[in-house]
Amino acid sequence: MALVTNIKAFFGETGNIAGFTGRFFSTGLKPRFEFRELLNQCYIIGYKSLPLIALTGFIMGLVLTMQLRPSLVDYGVESQLPIMVGIAIVREIGPVITALIFAGKIASSIGAELGSMKVTEQIDAMEVSGTNPFKYLVATRVLSTTLMLPVLTVMGDAISLFGAFIGVNIRSVTSFHLFFTQVFHSLSFGDVLPAFIKTFFFGFAVGIIGCYKGYTSSKGTRGVGSSANSAVVLSSVLIFIIDLLAVQLTDLLGLN
Amino acid sequence: MKKTTEIDSVTPSIIIEKLCKRFGDHVVLQDFSLTVQKEENVVVLGKSGSGKSVLIKCIIGLLKPDCGNIQVFGENVPQLEHDQLDQVRARIGFLFQGNALYDSMTVRENLEFPLRRHWFDHSQQQVDALVIEALENVGLAHTVDLMPEELSGGMLKRVALARTMILKPEIILYDEPTTGLDPVTAREIDNLILKLQKKYHTSSIIITHDMNCVKNTADRVALLLDGRCYAQGTYEDFEHSADPNIHQFFE
Repeated sequence: MALVTNIKAFFGETGNIAGFTGRFFSTGLKPRFEFRELLNQCYIIGYKSLPLIALTGFIMGLVLTMQLRPSLVDYGVESQLPIMVGIAIVREIGPVITALIFAGKIASSIGAELGSMKVTEQIDAMEVSGTNPFKYLVATRVLSTTLMLPVLTVMGDAISLFGAFIGVNIRSVTSFHLFFTQVFHSLSFGDVLPAFIKTFFFGFAVGIIGCYKGYTSSKGTRGVGSSANSAVVLSSVLIFIIDLLAVQLTDLLGLN
Repeated sequence: MKKTTEIDSVTPSIIIEKLCKRFGDHVVLQDFSLTVQKEENVVVLGKSGSGKSVLIKCIIGLLKPDCGNIQVFGENVPQLEHDQLDQVRARIGFLFQGNALYDSMTVRENLEFPLRRHWFDHSQQQVDALVIEALENVGLAHTVDLMPEELSGGMLKRVALARTMILKPEIILYDEPTTGLDPVTAREIDNLILKLQKKYHTSSIIITHDMNCVKNTADRVALLLDGRCYAQGTYEDFEHSADPNIHQFFE
């Protein structure tokens, strides 16, 4: 019996999220737009996340290089280290790790913020004072996560590669120029473009799940806490699912 | 003939007819009817959880009733499209129980928010003047650049009242305006409600279970019991009533 209820709840929730997404496209993208709030959210969501993304990206590049080195030395292809690391970062690890860190920081904050606005009736107050809260709160946040995550990913990738450069230089010596020439020579558009495009979807998932969880938060501190928590969990899982689909799709399209 | 025109000139502000609202199996309102005249303060009295807040949320269109009519300014609120509803809402103020001030904005931004309605065309000077006027009405002009978290409970209530009043609404709906305040502050809020009502000639519905508030503000009292309008009358009528359902509020 419990299993049936759980399955019902799962499909119910999935349907609600789909409905919420539909509402984003039908009402959220209609004029008039809240440009000021959009810029404000881009600043909070994008710019303010950069230090965190930079730090984690740098460490990841550095650590990945140091971990890969012994295996490559065993095979005597140590000189291929920049290529290996470059492809790993640009194609997969950069976008996914950046998106996960981003989900941890942003989905929870959106979930908690909208959740507490919901339980303190601030969303109702907005509705009553003639501003469509869906446009003002949800549309701006979803758009800014969708636009900011790709930018953050590109920056994170660059900083990661810089970390990898330092990682190579810990045990041996390579010049900055040689390292990046090797990396860029090994990369083609088939590596960069699909990885870049999927980050838009990651960003959209983080925004829409954070907003959905906050917007439908139940009353009380526990409700707000659990909406922040489930926003992070669900958007992280979705990032992996989207990643899986994106890789399958690029494979089918022969973009590899 | 003369009599009919007289009646027309005093059309009630709000007419509620046979309103019902249920959440699942839980019936909150059934067959509730109430009329509010122009410039009249009607207090709706009821126990916690009796559906008082649901009633005023239906009036402003935040909740959709299952059946019944709510005539506000001659428009039937449950049947309005979003844009028309917005036009009606511009003439109604709503004071939330928890104030619902936007805590990420300053007091000034909070008060400017209702002025964002797209058909309003105000210059910045006009907006500033409206904000200062609204804050002076509640005696808090010095708080204009503070954040809501820096204010006390009574001040928050007054700022929320200022935000509600900034569009000079013709009807104000108060959701438990004095709950959670000490008796002295509650009395101040009561006086403020009366002062603003005199100044701007508003009609109001005040939801409360605070008997001091009822005594100070009510022109007429309606008792909400079991989803119906159980009784109506003045405060004195209620005070001297022998009906145990009414009498229990005075014990």
